[in-house]
Amino acid sequence: MTNTTNEINPSDSKNSPNALHELLFQLADDDFILAYRGSEWLGLAPFIEEDVAFSSISQDTMGHATMFYQLLEGVVAINANDLAHSRPLTERRNAILLEKVNGPGHYLVEPRYDWAFTVVRNYFYVTAKKVKMDALKKGSYKPLAEAAVKVNLELYYHILHWKTWFTQLLKAGGEARTRMIAAIEKVAEDMDGVFNLGLCEKEMVESGFIESEHSLKQQWLRLMNPILDELKVTLPPFAMKSGNGRAGEHTKDLEDALSTLKEVYELDPSAIW
Amino acid sequence: MLETKILEALQSVKDPEISTVSIIELGMLEKIEIDLPKLTVYLLPTFLGCPALEIIKANVCKAFENFKDLTEVNVEFLLSPPWTSDRITENGRKQLLEFGIAPPPQFITETGEWQVDCPYCGSIYTTLENLFGPTACRSILYCRSCKNPFEAMKPMANL
Repeated sequence: MTNTTNEINPSDSKNSPNALHELLFQLADDDFILAYRGSEWLGLAPFIEEDVAFSSISQDTMGHATMFYQLLEGVVAINANDLAHSRPLTERRNAILLEKVNGPGHYLVEPRYDWAFTVVRNYFYVTAKKVKMDALKKGSYKPLAEAAVKVNLELYYHILHWKTWFTQLLKAGGEARTRMIAAIEKVAEDMDGVFNLGLCEKEMVESGFIESEHSLKQQWLRLMNPILDELKVTLPPFAMKSGNGRAGEHTKDLEDALSTLKEVYELDPSAIW
Repeated sequence: MLETKILEALQSVKDPEISTVSIIELGMLEKIEIDLPKLTVYLLPTFLGCPALEIIKANVCKAFENFKDLTEVNVEFLLSPPWTSDRITENGRKQLLEFGIAPPPQFITETGEWQVDCPYCGSIYTTLENLFGPTACRSILYCRSCKNPFEAMKPMANL
């Protein structure tokens, strides 16, 4: 490249390839790991209709991850399957909140998963995802703007679903409310990691791909505050207690999840399933 | 004419799970590009996570096996325009009903309510049991008149 002008052509991603990679990896990795965590609930959800609904949502979410990986295929020339399976822990860009286990125990051995944590994590996340998709829709990278329109259509039902659980459990009082409040505190401890846009934030915003972390968070609060007020819930301050996933910091939870996810891929990278 | 034959072939490609409805009737076909001997079929995915997409892709290619002029058939999924449930044709809605699935109701934005008639008895006394059904594009409902559970296609609108 000999052209070093500072001019930014909004439709040309080549001006800030790193920022675009980073953003796509964040979007893809977030959905990928949360869809996996959702799939671990299969057969364990509170009742059968929820089992059907949650697995459907997880399937949609994995579809979104696949689509973001496919958008990356064009930019980094690595196929989506390899992007999802072969990248080491330090290259993963998902928020740490989303990689955390569903609760104590193991899927196969005495799973004692935490439904309140799952409801809060998913509701807070899908609302943040909605805010991001709205920003991407107006963004300068056309393939991503188009993808965001498509994702938003499906997200409508996800938000409706988690909002129903969130509201009903908090209104129920008793143990349900106590556990929900505890879950809100736990999710808040790492919720900033979801809004975080990593080291390339400035470049992402300058290239017009997405709005700033601050702006996304403000919009999230605008959507959530009326609901939280009605439920008489005080939101604890958000933090990134477990580290910053956007910088490649991750926990053993992700390491374990990836080793399960990669089992088939490692046996036969060309397998189709 | 080749184009007519191509559309006929595409009409023979059905939803893998709803054998009466073709991908054209579902509104999945956006356009075709003929550049002999190459054909590109542009489809709109209904839901991004739909596992039937790969099957549909393979079935489209299979539908052109006997076309001597077309030696290369590509299927591409487009994200834009997004697929919405109002793309389902009149005939598609009829075929869905025949299969026992209520066609997607109109999306009523003000209330978020749907009005879905029972595909078996036509009653309007139906209730929504689960927004999410056996596949991403369907919901589960119940008819209070004939006491049958049934499925409906989810309304999808770009609001």
